[in-house]
Amino acid sequence: MEMINIKINNISLQVPAGITVLEAAKYGKIEIPTLCYLKDLCAPGACRICIVEVKGNRTLAAACVFPVHDGMEVFTNTPVLRESRKQTLELLVSDHNRECLSCAKSTDCELQRLCVEYGVVEDTFKGIMRETTIDDASPSLIRANAKCILCRRCIAACKDQQSVSVISADRRGFVTQVECAFGDSLNDAPCVYCGQCIVVCPTAALMEKDDTQKVWDAIADPSKKVFVYAAPSIRVTIGESFGMPIGSNVTGKLAAALNRLGFDGVFDMNLTADLTIMEEAHELLDRVKNKGVLPLITSCSPGWVKFCENYFPEFTENLSSCKSPQQMFGAVLKTFWAEKEGIDPNNIFVVSVIPCTAKKFELLRDDEAAAGLPDVDAAITTRELARMIKQSAIDFVNLEDETFDNPFESGSGAGQIFGASGGVMEAALRTASHWLDKSFDVVEFKEVRGPKNIKFATYNVGGIEIRVAATSGLANARELLEMVKSGEVDLHFIEVMACKGGCINGGGQPFLPDSIRNNVDVVALRSKAIYDTAKDLPVRKSYEHPDIKMLYKEFFGEPGSHKAHEALHTTYIKRGQF
Amino acid sequence: MTASTTLAFKGTKEQEQKLKDVIVQHKSQKGALMPVLQEAQEIYGYMPREVQIMVAEGMGVTLAEVYGIVTFYSQFHLQPKGKYKVHICIGTACYVKGAGKILEKFERELGIKDGECTSDGKFSVDGLRCVGACGLAPVLSVNEDVYGKVTEDQVAEILANYKD
Repeated sequence: MEMINIKINNISLQVPAGITVLEAAKYGKIEIPTLCYLKDLCAPGACRICIVEVKGNRTLAAACVFPVHDGMEVFTNTPVLRESRKQTLELLVSDHNRECLSCAKSTDCELQRLCVEYGVVEDTFKGIMRETTIDDASPSLIRANAKCILCRRCIAACKDQQSVSVISADRRGFVTQVECAFGDSLNDAPCVYCGQCIVVCPTAALMEKDDTQKVWDAIADPSKKVFVYAAPSIRVTIGESFGMPIGSNVTGKLAAALNRLGFDGVFDMNLTADLTIMEEAHELLDRVKNKGVLPLITSCSPGWVKFCENYFPEFTENLSSCKSPQQMFGAVLKTFWAEKEGIDPNNIFVVSVIPCTAKKFELLRDDEAAAGLPDVDAAITTRELARMIKQSAIDFVNLEDETFDNPFESGSGAGQIFGASGGVMEAALRTASHWLDKSFDVVEFKEVRGPKNIKFATYNVGGIEIRVAATSGLANARELLEMVKSGEVDLHFIEVMACKGGCINGGGQPFLPDSIRNNVDVVALRSKAIYDTAKDLPVRKSYEHPDIKMLYKEFFGEPGSHKAHEALHTTYIKRGQF
Repeated sequence: MTASTTLAFKGTKEQEQKLKDVIVQHKSQKGALMPVLQEAQEIYGYMPREVQIMVAEGMGVTLAEVYGIVTFYSQFHLQPKGKYKVHICIGTACYVKGAGKILEKFERELGIKDGECTSDGKFSVDGLRCVGACGLAPVLSVNEDVYGKVTEDQVAEILANYKD
């Protein structure tokens, strides 16, 4: 690598040629404020916050796109720059909905953060406000363009990461808006509700549909039995909402907090991740042995499922008919548990805590009603649960550990790794391989773990060769499906998670400031926490979990049984794009 | 803001085939979307949703990507143009001479907004930037006919020239 010499703020640095000033500054541990830039996502050079002075240059340069050259001298913190950044921010807020007191993004907002740091005066520039709309028609997302600063990070996430591209910057000049074609609602456009646009939005122009009031109302209703369960990834991410380090496993505090909110039952969704594995591993072996439609593709990620229905309808027969763990748990509670406890399913209100905005859409899908009622009544994201905990004045960080309620108080390590890319595949392989060959004693299938875009592996079990692939991020999924379509790869089993890295990076996970995201591999830290948590669990294979055995013994019979099919499986729609 | 098309789409099979041919011809080129959009507008005269969907489907891009481009460039029209295209200059010189008032008068007379077309397909009204005839300000044209130093009172009279 060719190295060149530059000076930033009079500090001499050796940096690789070809990188930007912003990247070079990291070599000297010099921070340059940014707003439209986000590492690994986009550097549009649009917002003019990362401007720097380059000696000999007539104008200020945007550090996120300006390349370094040998002998260059850069200044990142001068009176001119501070004043310019302040003025840019004042222009941005001149046209901004400034209801910061009631804004759900308050204190997590990058624009607000910078305005505070630079001492911005809100009404320096008085002018007309753009005419903007609020799109709240979808079950998952709200777009409020009065808070949009046109940074285009959402467009990059939707187009480049997810290859969905349902939003674009329309028109130009002062009337520019980020919206769907013809101003359609996200509810009518082929949006998959993954929520990656929310995670990258620096303001509150994009937020999840807040369902916490529904949950509060149900808890306050004495006629309702309100049951809650938390998805595998929540326990390693929700601590971030309370200032804990990224990757903290707070399973015990999560259970304690849920107990304090007033639910009638507090359970662990890891268990129905295991239940999904029982059904899906059975489905895989059935399709392999009986020449069913292959490759089988996982269906736990509702953003991926909708992507498949919208953009690859020819693959809907490949989708596993298994409901997702969220839906299976609701089905179990409203059938088996209602029967066993003698509760009228009409009086059960099921709440799932999930890292995902698409789960809010999933619970409204057809054929997700085992007891003739919706399996799940409300799905709240990690962020929404954190909001409820804060509203309840619970000192989360200092809670003593508690456990989930028995039964359904735990799942296996295989259920736990559902939260990371490759986890569903590995969990399924642990069970499928055991069924094929009782002497096959591999627990960890490490080839499908990790950050690679598409992970291929081949396993030989009981005389059968199983070729698999795991991918995350829908642009990667698109690439893999095109390979399957063209015959370039021939696979038996594919895992797809809509969000890059899996649920740990889901659209409902806690907001982290750009200052962290631009310097730390958040996905790697959360992913490590998932695998560490799973490794420590006493049971590591789904079929070995006592509650799984109990569910089949007492209710479902065996995987793939008629009863299991009625309660735990679903159907898909060929939606198309237009 | 929703920029909807007010008139029902009346594309023909021939037009559709023509557009398909254009797409086949350009698809493998780099940066082909723009010429395809231009030709699509040539074929249909404007870019309603139906045409944008055909382009998006044919070119393997999303409707949002097509719409973003179509609304960025003022040469693309979301609304059809009338048999008689009223073009009113609202450049600086015409504007200070009252072109804004004349545009409003046309809008009132025809019951449509700037950029729209009457439901019978007869008239469309567009405000244009400077047409370079400032000596005639305020100036407007109806198809090939040019009218200079127009006053509000003349608007009904001008429209009456185009009966059929």
